[in-house]
Amino acid sequence: MNQFAIARFLQSYAVLIMVVVLIVVLSTMSDSFLTVRNLLNILNQNAPLAIMASAMTLVIIAGGFDLSVGAIFAMGAVCSAWIALHVNPFLGLALAPLIGLGLGTVNGLVITMLRVHSFLATIATSLIFKGIAIVISDGRLIPVRMAEFTWLGREKIAGVFNAVWIMLIFAVILTFVLNRTTFGRKVFSVGGNEEAAILSGIRTDRIKIATFALAGFAAGLASAIAVSRVSLGQASAGTGMELQAIAAVILGGTSIYGGVGAVWRSVAGVLLLALINNGFNILNADPFYRDLTTGLVILAAIGISAGGKRR
Amino acid sequence: MDSDTSPVPAIRTTNVGVTFGGVPALREVSVDIHRGEIHGLIGENGAGKSTLGKVIGGYHAATSGGMEVFGEPALAWDPPAALARGVAMMHQELQLVPALTVAQNVFLGIEDQNWGMLRPTEADRLRRLMETSGFSLDPHAVVADLSIADQQKIEILRALARDARVIVMDEPTSSLSKDEVTQLHQSMQALRDEGRTVIYVSHFLEDILAVTDRVTVLRDGEHVKTGPTSQETKASLVSAMLGGGKTETPFPQKRPPSDSEIVLDVAGLQSDAGVRNATLTVGRGEIVGLIGLVGSGRSEIARAIVGADPASAGTVSLNGTPYENRSLAVSTERGIVMVPEDRRKHGLVMTLPVRGNMTLPHLTHFSAGGLIRRRLERARVTELIDYFRVRPTAIDGDVSTFSGGNQQKVLIGKWLLENPQVVILDEPSRGVDVGARERIHEAIAEMAAGGAAVLLISSEIEEVLGLAHRAYLVDKGVTVEEIDPNQSDEAGVLSALFAHQASAEIKKAP
Repeated sequence: MNQFAIARFLQSYAVLIMVVVLIVVLSTMSDSFLTVRNLLNILNQNAPLAIMASAMTLVIIAGGFDLSVGAIFAMGAVCSAWIALHVNPFLGLALAPLIGLGLGTVNGLVITMLRVHSFLATIATSLIFKGIAIVISDGRLIPVRMAEFTWLGREKIAGVFNAVWIMLIFAVILTFVLNRTTFGRKVFSVGGNEEAAILSGIRTDRIKIATFALAGFAAGLASAIAVSRVSLGQASAGTGMELQAIAAVILGGTSIYGGVGAVWRSVAGVLLLALINNGFNILNADPFYRDLTTGLVILAAIGISAGGKRR
Repeated sequence: MDSDTSPVPAIRTTNVGVTFGGVPALREVSVDIHRGEIHGLIGENGAGKSTLGKVIGGYHAATSGGMEVFGEPALAWDPPAALARGVAMMHQELQLVPALTVAQNVFLGIEDQNWGMLRPTEADRLRRLMETSGFSLDPHAVVADLSIADQQKIEILRALARDARVIVMDEPTSSLSKDEVTQLHQSMQALRDEGRTVIYVSHFLEDILAVTDRVTVLRDGEHVKTGPTSQETKASLVSAMLGGGKTETPFPQKRPPSDSEIVLDVAGLQSDAGVRNATLTVGRGEIVGLIGLVGSGRSEIARAIVGADPASAGTVSLNGTPYENRSLAVSTERGIVMVPEDRRKHGLVMTLPVRGNMTLPHLTHFSAGGLIRRRLERARVTELIDYFRVRPTAIDGDVSTFSGGNQQKVLIGKWLLENPQVVILDEPSRGVDVGARERIHEAIAEMAAGGAAVLLISSEIEEVLGLAHRAYLVDKGVTVEEIDPNQSDEAGVLSALFAHQASAEIKKAP
C-alpha cells in the first residue's frame, strides 16, 4: 500500500520535484539566480508558452493533439501587427485571441467532420495557417513601435509584468473549468472512454471542438503578448512552440492517452524547461550542451512518472 | 489416456504464494495437475484462480513456494521459459495480430526463415498441423474477420505449433455463445485425448462440470480442495467456493406487477444495425426478458429503443405518447435508460472516479450554471454506493482497480441515479462474482417493485427465466415469440430458439 502511495505521489509530483531540485541546485551555484528579478523574468519570458501549454492540457486530456498552435501563434502575431499598423493598435491586440479562437474552431470542425486523427489534421492546418501568415505579411517583418501596442507585453501591475498576471489568471480559470464544471467533467470522459461518453448522452464532437477552439484562443492570446513585447510581427514567430507546449504537458504527467491530467502541472512543466535554459545563461555554461541537458531532464521526468504507473 | 497413472504430475505447485502491492492474492497453494487431464480452476472473482493460471504460464512470479514442471523445478520462470518447457497460456483477451492471416498468427515468432528472410511455407505447415490436431481453418483468412471462437482455435493451434504439452486457458468462454462453448469443449477433449494437459480457468460451474476430469476450488487465495469432477455437483462446488455450506443463490421472489399499464410500447422497430422487426411491450413494475443467441440482435434492439442507433422504421411510445427523434440525452431526460453490456468498452470511464462515472449522464441535474454541485453529487453517489454495497465504499474510488462485480454495480448505479421509468439492462451480471450477482438481481426486482418497467437482456437463459414476468425470443433482429418464464425451462427455450433459426434458414433457401 505504501509503495502504491509513493508511486502515485511520484506520478503526480515528478515535475514539481524536478523544479525544486533545479531551483536548489541553481541557487547554490549562482548568486544571481534566486533573485526576485530573475525569477520574474523567467516567468515573464515563458508566460506565452505557459498559456499555450495550459490550453493544450485540455486538448490532450480529451484525447487529442494540436500541432497547429505554433502556426496559429504566427497568424496571431502577423494579424495583430498588421491591424495595429493599419487600423488600430488596441484592436490588433484584442483580435489576436479571437483569430486564434476561429482557427482553433476550424481545427475542431475538420477533425470531427472528416473523422481524422487530430495529429494528422493539425499538421495539415498548421501548414495552411502558416502559409496564410506568410501571405499576409508578404514574407516581411511588420514593426509596430507604438506605446498603445507595446504596453501589454512590457508594462507591469504591482511590480509584476502584465504577461505573468494574464498567465496566472488563465491557468487558474482553466483549472477551475476542468475540475468544477460540467464541461471539464465531459473533457475527462471524452478522453477516458469516448464510447461510454457517447452512450451517456454527451455530444463528444462538441467537446472536442471546444478544446481545439480553446487551444487556438490561447495561442492567439500568447501571440498578442509576445508580439506586443517585441513590437514586431512576423510569420516565423511561434515556430516550434507547439512541440514545446506538448513537451511541457507531457512533462507534467498528463497522459497522452487522454482522460488524466492537470493544468498546473503543465505550467510546472514549462517552468522546468525554462529553468534549464536560465541555468545555462546565468552559469555561462556551454550552450552546445543545452539541448542534450533538456533532453535528459525530460527523459528523467518521464521516467519518474512512468515508474509511478507500473504495477 | 495411459498417462493418467503416471507418477510425475505435469505441474506441481508447492506452497505457492503471490502478493500484489503487499496484498496476498494466493496463499500457500499446493496442487498437482496430472498429465493428460482437463483440470478446472474455479472460484469467485478475486479467489486467485486466474493468478494461479498465470503463475503456471509464467506471467506472474510466485513470491513464495515453488513449482515443478514434469518433475523438474521451474526456475527463472517467465512466458518464454514456460513455452520452451511446453507450457502455453491462452489469455482472456486473445493475443492475436488482427491484420495478419491465420497462418501468420499461428507461426508468429517461429516463422520459417533463412537469415531473416521469410519463406512462404506457413500455409502448408498449418495444414499439416491441422491434419494432426483435427482443427480446420482457412490459413489465408485474416484474423480480424473471424469469430471469437475461431480466434481461440488459432490460439490453441499456436500453442500446438510450439508443441505445448500443457495449455492454460484463462476464462476462455466469457465472450462465447453457447454453441461456441460446446466447440471449445470438444477442442479441449481432443487435446486431452492426445495426452496433453488442459488447465481450464473459469467461473462458469456448468462448463467446469461438463468437461473437466478433476477440479481445484480456490477461495480468497487459498486452496479449498482438489478432486475428481465426477464426485462434484453444482451445489458442492458453490458451497466450496463460498464457504460455509451456502448453495447457489435462488432468484429473488417474483412480485407480480400491480397494474397492467403499459409504459414502453415498441412496434415494428427496425434499424440498420440489424433490428428487422421488434415488437414488444413492458408494463409498469414488470420485468420483461429478451432471449436470443449471441448475434441475434438483442443488444441492437435495446440500442434502437434508446436512440443509440438511429431507427429506420417503427415506433416507440412512452406511456402512450410516441417518442420520436430519439437521442441518448433526451432518453435519459425522459427516464428511459440502457445499461450497456460491455462495462469496460461502453460503460465506465476508467480514468474517472466512481462519482464522475455515476453522474456523467445526469450532469445537467447536478450542476447550476455549468458548475458541478458537488455536495449534491456526493450525497446521491453515497446513497447508491450504500444501496448496492459497492466495495470499496469510496465515492472517489478508482473504478479501474475495482473487481468486476463492483464495477458492474457502479455501472448500474450510474443509470439508476435518477430513478428512471424504463430500465434496459444488457447482460447485467456477466463476469461478476456470486455475491455481486445476487445483489444485482435483488436490485432488478426492487426496480420493478418500485414501479419501473424493466427490459432484461441476458445470454444466461436461466437468469431471464428466474427474474422476468414475461419474455420474448429474438432471432435475427425479430421478436419471434412471447413465452411465459414460469412455464418454461432452459432446454425448452433453447430448442424453441433453434427451431426458429432453422425455419428462418428454410424460408431463406430458394
